[in-house]
Amino acid sequence: MIVRTLLLSAALLLAPLVASAQVMLDQATAVLPETMEIGTSTGEIAITSDFAGADLTIFGALGNTDQLLLAIGQYDVVVLLEGPRENATVRKKERVFGIWVNTQSMTFEHVPEAYSLSSTRAIDSVTTPLELNDRGIGLDHIPLNPIGFIGDVANMREFRDAFRRLQETGGLYERDPSGVRFVSSSLFKATLRLPANVPNGVHTVRAYLFKSGKFVTEKSLPLRVIKTGIEQTITDAAHEQPIAYGCFAVLLAVLTGWTASFVFRKS
Amino acid sequence: MSIYLPIAELSVNIFVILGMGAAVGFLSGMFGVGGGFLITPLLIFYNIPPVVAVATGSNQVVASSVSGAISHFKRGSLDLKLGSILLAGGLVGSTLGLWVFVVLRRVGQIDLIISLLYVFLLGTVGTLMLWESVNAMRRAAGKGKPLARKPGHHNWVQRLPLKMRFKKSKLYLSVIPVFGLGFFVGVLTPMGIGGGFILVPAMIYLLRIPTNVVVGTSLFQVIFVTGYTTIVQAATNYSVDIVLAFVLMVAGVIGAQYGVRVGQRLRGEQLRALLGLLVLAVGVRLAIALIVTPTDIYSIVMEGINK
Repeated sequence: MIVRTLLLSAALLLAPLVASAQVMLDQATAVLPETMEIGTSTGEIAITSDFAGADLTIFGALGNTDQLLLAIGQYDVVVLLEGPRENATVRKKERVFGIWVNTQSMTFEHVPEAYSLSSTRAIDSVTTPLELNDRGIGLDHIPLNPIGFIGDVANMREFRDAFRRLQETGGLYERDPSGVRFVSSSLFKATLRLPANVPNGVHTVRAYLFKSGKFVTEKSLPLRVIKTGIEQTITDAAHEQPIAYGCFAVLLAVLTGWTASFVFRKS
Repeated sequence: MSIYLPIAELSVNIFVILGMGAAVGFLSGMFGVGGGFLITPLLIFYNIPPVVAVATGSNQVVASSVSGAISHFKRGSLDLKLGSILLAGGLVGSTLGLWVFVVLRRVGQIDLIISLLYVFLLGTVGTLMLWESVNAMRRAAGKGKPLARKPGHHNWVQRLPLKMRFKKSKLYLSVIPVFGLGFFVGVLTPMGIGGGFILVPAMIYLLRIPTNVVVGTSLFQVIFVTGYTTIVQAATNYSVDIVLAFVLMVAGVIGAQYGVRVGQRLRGEQLRALLGLLVLAVGVRLAIALIVTPTDIYSIVMEGINK
């Protein structure tokens, strides 16, 4: 009797321990979420006098991935580079008395001046449009919120489309649906192109990880695009000492003109 | 070879800019005009933001005017009194012009107004020049009776009050049309239309100023008005790109020297006919751009760029 009671109490005491051990085991194998780390080839892009655009390489490592899902391509990575944000005004021309005149306009609030996107495959097949809109991933999903007087709401769509199309044809908005490649099972590499007219300022590199169409995690890094040397000196002078800068520009013109007439009179 | 323009914030091919500067310099040297009306549309055509193009263009005109003016001043073809009144009008005018420029830019109509002004002014001046020079050539060829300018001829300009004596020009003329002309040219300068090509014909045909003092005096006015406009543009719009301006002016002043040599081989009316054609061609080109359906009816302006 005593022995049975002991055994029973031992079983009662052990039961929760066994159960908790089971839970720990589960977490270790399946519940522990995937991780992602990213790094860029440089944290700073310098605009020099012969700047003609630049390439930025982004490396990334995935952790805690499910090897089976990885092997069948269920993990997708989207890497994007977002420029500094500014208000942008889109204007539309109409024919008035035979000539083309800007008649309507719409201003969008805080849109990135540049936007470059690379992904493992076309983002529309990575996840749902709802998810892309929520996170503002993709040229067609960047939030474009008009400010001020909107006028006819029906126009909003065409102004948004025009904005995206113009930014893309102008080279400031880019997409490369095969720009992210896995170099090993857990390492990926992405190349983003910065156009020659890339705006100055702090850009942000963002990387998103999706598993079977579901968002898992994201990481971001700043990238500074700065003018250097003489370009920076000139820009600073133009903005901080504008009158002195203007006087210097005129003086330079006077000297150039005077030198030319002097040199050529002799010859 | 590309060169980065710090104010326009884009890379351009330096040889294209040098070529533009040299070509415009050549023409301005040949015809004795500043070339602002040529350089601004060319720069805009090459994707330089219009705001930067007009401000930088006026800086470039300073250089080409100075290089042309020195020889004129040495020859004594400057009426300082006349030039000063033109200049006073010009400074008041360009101040107003800059203000108009800023307002129009804010409402998004600056490109249209600049184009319309160009089409109207270039069309008018070009046609008048061509008409006058072709008539002169026909008279010269046919040895017809030359239409001598009657010295005592009175037009409405002569009847205005506030008259003043201009010794150098041998004129007794009202201050009002002189100041008014300077003012009008001044208003246009911030729009990228260097005043020379309007100033010179207006001085000759409207004010009846002797040809020998016209060029020197108009250059005097243009140098100071474009210089002033450059400084004020730099101070208000931060839009003078000194790198772009310097490349343009170096190529421009060299081109101008060759232009002057070619110009000297041509007769006056031939030169005026060619200039008339050139002015008219630029006007027609801009008129076509206004009428023809644009490749894209939408355009974007970012607030951050060239604010």
